[in-house]
Amino acid sequence: MSEDKSLEEMSKSFALTTRLDAIAAWGQRNALWPLPYGTACCGIELMSVMGPKYDLARFGAEVVRFSPRQADLLLVAGTITEKMAPILVRIYQQMLEPKYVISMGACASSGGFYRAYHVLQGCDKVIPVDVYVPGCPPTPEAVLDGVMTLQKMIKDRTPRPWKDNWVSPFEINGNTVPNSLTSSRIGV
Amino acid sequence: MSLSTNQFVTLQQDINAKFGDGVFKFSTSPVGDHVVDASVETVSALLRYLKEYAGYNFLMDVCGVDYPTREKRFDVVYHLFGSSDSRRLRVKVAIRDGEPVPTAITIWKSADWFEREAYDMFGIKFSGHPNLRKILTHHQFVGHPLRKDYEADQQQHCNSVMPIHFNNTPEQSGDQLNPKYVPLNIGPSHPAMHGTLRVMTELDGETIVRANCEIGYLHRCFEKMAETHPYNQVIPYTDRLNYCSAPMNNVGYCKAVERLLGVEIPARAQTMRVILCELSRVIDHIIAVGTGGVDLGALTAFFHLFTFREKVYSLFEKLCGARLTVSMTRIGGMAQDAPEGWFNDVLRFCDEMSDGIDEISKMLLGNKIFIKRTQGVCPVSAENAIQWGYTGPLLRASGINIDLRRAEPYYGYEKYDFDIPVGTAGDIYDRYLVRIEEMRQSIRIIRQACKNVPTGDYTIRDKNIVLPEKKDVYGNIEGLMNHFMLVIKGLRPPVGEVYDATEAANGELGFYLVSDGSASPYRLKVRPPCFAIYQSFPEVVQGAMLADAIATVASMNVIAGELDR
Repeated sequence: MSEDKSLEEMSKSFALTTRLDAIAAWGQRNALWPLPYGTACCGIELMSVMGPKYDLARFGAEVVRFSPRQADLLLVAGTITEKMAPILVRIYQQMLEPKYVISMGACASSGGFYRAYHVLQGCDKVIPVDVYVPGCPPTPEAVLDGVMTLQKMIKDRTPRPWKDNWVSPFEINGNTVPNSLTSSRIGV
Repeated sequence: MSLSTNQFVTLQQDINAKFGDGVFKFSTSPVGDHVVDASVETVSALLRYLKEYAGYNFLMDVCGVDYPTREKRFDVVYHLFGSSDSRRLRVKVAIRDGEPVPTAITIWKSADWFEREAYDMFGIKFSGHPNLRKILTHHQFVGHPLRKDYEADQQQHCNSVMPIHFNNTPEQSGDQLNPKYVPLNIGPSHPAMHGTLRVMTELDGETIVRANCEIGYLHRCFEKMAETHPYNQVIPYTDRLNYCSAPMNNVGYCKAVERLLGVEIPARAQTMRVILCELSRVIDHIIAVGTGGVDLGALTAFFHLFTFREKVYSLFEKLCGARLTVSMTRIGGMAQDAPEGWFNDVLRFCDEMSDGIDEISKMLLGNKIFIKRTQGVCPVSAENAIQWGYTGPLLRASGINIDLRRAEPYYGYEKYDFDIPVGTAGDIYDRYLVRIEEMRQSIRIIRQACKNVPTGDYTIRDKNIVLPEKKDVYGNIEGLMNHFMLVIKGLRPPVGEVYDATEAANGELGFYLVSDGSASPYRLKVRPPCFAIYQSFPEVVQGAMLADAIATVASMNVIAGELDR
């Protein structure tokens, strides 16, 4: 009995879990695999960020993945319209944990100067955003800063209630809206 | 407009002889646009006549205009272009709400998407159109947003995705999939679909039996935004049409407004605009060629070319502080003068760029894999290209020598010495060939322009159009008053209409502007070049392999910003 207790004490002082977390966070933040969700002008600036001069690879985000299954950082670069919103949510849901979202530019963050009938007023209306990068479009330096901010968040294990409490806006009574992508009938 | 008054009178006589006196109303607007007013019953015959006998071989644009107070509420406006002597004509039909207009698809295939857009935006019905469905707004959207009674910020949410569908044909309904074939959806989030394009196909093995595109994933309501903003505040929105070559859109828009105002900008501003336009043509083609290579698996060209794009960004940054979306023009001229030594910087860039173009040309155009992937793939004949309303590099790749810089010279393009590259086959290889050669020619133009920059002012000084300089606003009472008056009252062009086109990187970029004399445009319709080009996609790739379809999308250089607006 007394032996068991000392073992428990010992395991408490050992603090193994936190160290593992730190190692995992170190690995995660220096090997972010971005999915460039470039829809508009910001997508062109994102090319600059990936391109030879600014080179996001220096920050460990070398491998650009277009498959959400292989990516852990969703870079929303450009205006998200109402028509695009369900697709963005689908892409986000397909990503594996742990996953992060950077909203690049004014349009993705708030709709920008498109206060218009077909533009979603910020992609945080439908998915949880970790870092907002201002600008129209932001300079590549600003995007790099956004990525570094995210790296710091991962390092500090900043609580992310927006992510933890997120539910898909298209889930009704706990059921996902059925996948109608390949159905042969058009709903009226 | 190159149709002289005499020719227009002759055209009137011919039309009157054919259809009878008084059937059509002819007029010439104060800015020199020729207009024919037709009725619903006669418009179809008139359009056919104009195409077959009057030399108007292109249908550039079809759009609607809403006048809620009129009994005949809508105007359907057709813009025609004749390539032999670059004649232009505007045909207008006034209709009541709900009254159908006969479709022009049977005359020009290019009417297809333009009519669908007019249906989507205004609810104008085109009888005989086989696929009159929504095109830009999402499928759950109720109402027609460009009607004047639709509020600009009234959003409607969408919670599902449109299933795979195709165009209706006489034999087959588009919504019915064929169980024999494999349906395949590509995009809108797909690396080859450049962000927001969506292509739906039915495959037999790897061969495309049917294809269709769904667009509108980047419909940012440019035209509605233009109607709710003062003239000068529209300029930043135009930047975001074709964001790969933003300054060209600024120039196109400002040129249209300036023509309506009847002002000519100073020679220095003209030369600066030419340099900006040609620089942006180069960087636009960099994206087109670079990403085109990426889609075919050639990454090096992209990274190599992007170095040069960054150099142009630096030039833009030096000129005005912004990299991509520069908004450097103002109505009446430029926002400010070029900094000292800027033109020399541009000349230095030209030297580097010409070497770069030669390298890329060797690397891509001489590459065996690239040739095999592109030569003879999905060619478009000259005849079809005209039918579809192709303009720009794609039209020239098909063998038709039309470039508005030559055909309707503006900003002194007639005095520059440059060649217009023309392809022969209209296949994907020729498109890249034309684009790369155009980069060389643009460099030639920039060199000539930079060496002879006229001195003088960079903007006109009309106090009803251009804001006074800051030192005057803060320095003297007159400047302060002018500034105050112009900001409060706004820039107000006279009542009227104008259609003005420039040669953008992708082809004819037209702006149709209707002014009611107020401080913001009554209607501003953009004629985006890749909208007309992309609508031909389902037909062009039919029967081709799937991988060829990817190469075709890349070669069309579809920019979602101007496609969806």
